Amino acid sequence: MNIARHSRLNTLAMHGALIVYTLIALFPVFVILINSFKSRRAIFREPLALPDAESFSMIGYQTVMKQGDFLLYFQNSLIVTVVSLFFVLLFGAMAAFALSEYRFRGNTLMGLYLALGIMIPIRIGTVAILDMMVATGLVNTLWALILVYTAQGLPLAVFILTEFMRQVSDDLKNAGRIDGLSEFTIFFRLVLPLVRPAMATVAVFNMIPIWNDLWFPLILAPAEATKTLTLGSQVFIGQFVTDWNAVLSALSLAILPVLVLYVIFSRQLIRGITSGAVK
Amino acid sequence: MTKPRIRWHIGLFLAPAVAVYTAVMIFPLFNTLRLALFSRVDQERVFVGLDNFRTLFLDPLWSDQFWNALGNNFWFFLVHMLVQNPIGIALAAILSHPRLRFAALYRSAIFIPTILSFVIVGFAWKLILSPIWGIAPGMLDAVGLKSLFQPWLGKEEYALTTLALISVWQFVGIPMMLIYAALLSIPEEVIEAGEIDGVTGMAAFWKIKLPLILPSIGIISILTFVGNFNAFDLIYASQGALAGPNFSTDILGTFMYRTFFGFQLQLGDPHMGSAIASAMFAVILLGVCVYLFGIQTRIRRYQL
Repeated sequence: MNIARHSRLNTLAMHGALIVYTLIALFPVFVILINSFKSRRAIFREPLALPDAESFSMIGYQTVMKQGDFLLYFQNSLIVTVVSLFFVLLFGAMAAFALSEYRFRGNTLMGLYLALGIMIPIRIGTVAILDMMVATGLVNTLWALILVYTAQGLPLAVFILTEFMRQVSDDLKNAGRIDGLSEFTIFFRLVLPLVRPAMATVAVFNMIPIWNDLWFPLILAPAEATKTLTLGSQVFIGQFVTDWNAVLSALSLAILPVLVLYVIFSRQLIRGITSGAVK
Repeated sequence: MTKPRIRWHIGLFLAPAVAVYTAVMIFPLFNTLRLALFSRVDQERVFVGLDNFRTLFLDPLWSDQFWNALGNNFWFFLVHMLVQNPIGIALAAILSHPRLRFAALYRSAIFIPTILSFVIVGFAWKLILSPIWGIAPGMLDAVGLKSLFQPWLGKEEYALTTLALISVWQFVGIPMMLIYAALLSIPEEVIEAGEIDGVTGMAAFWKIKLPLILPSIGIISILTFVGNFNAFDLIYASQGALAGPNFSTDILGTFMYRTFFGFQLQLGDPHMGSAIASAMFAVILLGVCVYLFGIQTRIRRYQL
């Protein structure tokens, strides 16, 4: 009797704590989103009220659409993210296959060399990266960003995928060899489809930091034609600081794509983290 | 005895990854360390040895800023360790309770700030804490604490801590998820054995679960350390490259950006920028070594 009541109180306390923290986590996002649909007066008079018939206004979004090229920024971000992920996955899986499948001299050393980059942030080398991009004429092109993000994503990708590829059965691969398949066919036809869940995990881990990065777009590709959504909204907001409608709308426009991606991929992301892929 | 044939396909599998990684990551890293030993005199690149570091650590013009940034960076890290990780662990402990309903929902919602960019987070909090808009003073007023309100981001003594707490708000999801994963991997029998011996509830957490998840706490600490010591975006987005007010929120990342790129009246100097990057590299390397040799090998691991 006493124990039952005690445990019910306990459950209540747990839900209470979680609800409070969830509110703290979501409150700022909520405030930004609702106020982006309100007129300037309503934003200041009642910041916490939902937009209603009287206070509803799209003026901020109109300014953003007129002044900033958000569609272009969005497209740039999309290209950079998708192409970088493609290279990280392709090159990472190939290297992981070599490390997990073949015994050769220097195998462990190569694995360690590629794993170095997990702990050392690529930003440390920015000065020399910029030098190199200037020398090769890649500054202010999306390729500069794609190369940097590919290099940045590879170490963790190789590490995770090597672990997973070790679990692919040898019998399967040897059966393929007896049937006369080349090593490349074995990799692309037999092994890659089997590690697809691990590839998805790697993709989701890399996607968010690439999409959200401000440092490299700011330094390597700040031109109008190559601005990513993150940099574009940063610059736009900096210029329109006093236009609250525009700022709130720009923020909402930057939040939405990430939220959509999160809703699509959150299961994959959470499964990836909780399966211990990052140990 | 057949001569082993050359397995060129191994090289082909490794080549793209090794090439991109070496060319864009490892080579620039060492090149940056090398550039720190040079200086520009009359349009010529001159080798100056460790002079840049002497300037950085000892010349008052530079060293004040450097030690200020380094100190701020340590405070930034300390706030994360003392606030972010305990909250993350507590949330994970609650979430991993076996009969809790809606756990997946809470988990996904609490993780949302982590996926937002620093630009969004920085500006959103700037607006919310702004004295002009009045959300923060209004809410404090509602609970009768209006007198506590300060323009937190605008005051030298509060700005850095406020930014650190904003960053904590954003990243609490990561320790929460990792600890949650570690807690789920503890076998049921271990907990049951404890229950038979009368160790339940809070005691079970402190005496059984916490020692078992210590390795994960170690990983989180080093991830926090590396992340904090190359942080830049949040400060830049909310306070600008000058890391105001009066450099009170300057950390190594913003200091390096200003030095390397120049800002307003200050001219950009790639060699001093490289020197600062080298210092950051040393700090991060030191932290990683302390973790690998000092902490990771000492943590007792239990075979589960």
